[in-house]
Amino acid sequence: MLTGTILTARDAAHKRMHEILRDGKRIPFELANTLIFYCGPSPVSTGKSCGAIGPTTSARMDFYMEELIANGLRMTMGKGNRSLKVEEMIRNSGSVYLVTVGGAAAYLSKRVVSCETFLWQDMGAEAIYKLEVLDFPAYIAIF
Amino acid sequence: MSVRTLFSKEIIPLIVQEIGKITCQLDTDVENSLQRMREVEKSELSRDVLDILVENASLARTEKIPLCQDTGTLVVFASMGKDLYLADLTLQEILDEAMQIAQQEYYLRASMVKDPIYQRKNTLNNCPVILHLEMIPGDRLTLCIAQKGGGAENMSRLQMFSPSADENEIINFVVETVKRAGSKACPPLIIGIGIGGNFETCALLAKRAIFDPLTKENEHPNYAELEKRILSAVNDTGIGVQGMGGEGTALAVKIRTSPCHLASLPVAVNLQCHAHRHTEITF
Repeated sequence: MLTGTILTARDAAHKRMHEILRDGKRIPFELANTLIFYCGPSPVSTGKSCGAIGPTTSARMDFYMEELIANGLRMTMGKGNRSLKVEEMIRNSGSVYLVTVGGAAAYLSKRVVSCETFLWQDMGAEAIYKLEVLDFPAYIAIF
Repeated sequence: MSVRTLFSKEIIPLIVQEIGKITCQLDTDVENSLQRMREVEKSELSRDVLDILVENASLARTEKIPLCQDTGTLVVFASMGKDLYLADLTLQEILDEAMQIAQQEYYLRASMVKDPIYQRKNTLNNCPVILHLEMIPGDRLTLCIAQKGGGAENMSRLQMFSPSADENEIINFVVETVKRAGSKACPPLIIGIGIGGNFETCALLAKRAIFDPLTKENEHPNYAELEKRILSAVNDTGIGVQGMGGEGTALAVKIRTSPCHLASLPVAVNLQCHAHRHTEITF
């Protein structure tokens, strides 16, 4: 069960982070001590703290892992297995990869206390959101 | 011979309601299957996951929260009577308008991007709706409306087999497709298979098959038997619910067939995740 602050980032945000690093610039937040959750929330409805929340397929972000681990990332969470190469990178760097339940978005939304846009609002559902979670179910898949 | 006229304002509100309904209401056969699986599942881990999925279905229905954050692309199979006249808008325009209204009303995610390779710019209104339209006798309009997420869709495949291929090759193709998907497609799966047709219609058969009633057996005994054999082979992979292991990899296999070229045997496998959201309405 996870309790604390996590940041969402998926395809578009990873591509932008990659472009920033490729151009020799700095990502505008600290990757170390951050858990990146591969998720694109659905919009918030009135009276609720967040929309429906759930993991997307992690393997699509495998391409960006080497660079992000080199820049401090140690914790990720999503759905599905990762490539053998990424699995090795995660183990060798002392990182951890968690999985949570796909298609259980109503259930997971109840374990999110707050959800706010953190960065890159122009990406819509693919923006980086900051989630405060309480007793969010997660399983350790690779460590 | 009289023609029946339909105005968009008569049907758009009803389509909006249907979209709202399927967002939060899981297919009844799937919900029942998840509950049954929960009762017989031996692995504690898989039981935990099934508990979550069963509770999710209940929460979604009672509190009107989407079953999955990926409220999907809207896919519509429309059968329109030849004696029906749409007075003001095309069917595509009607569906796109309904989609935009539903998106606001039911807090659906905008999940469509245009310029697929370069900009991948979000269309912000979850449009366009993907419409497959056929003309039939009569003056009715029937819409099979579904929300199709990206996860399972991404793991779907099509292959042009040689007519000499036997059913074991086809069974292996389906099993390999499911193994390759692993937990990415969110098992337990519903597997739609198209056999025959042309390159493009084979894929359509596979997608349409997914929305056939799960408990209804295939009319053709050979294909009914093939469905059972494929289901058994897929569940023997042991991938299980959310890839946690066990026998719950797939709930159903549905096959649709069509005549094909004498030199061809196209086979398409369209995977549907357990968040099975669809409905049918007739005007």
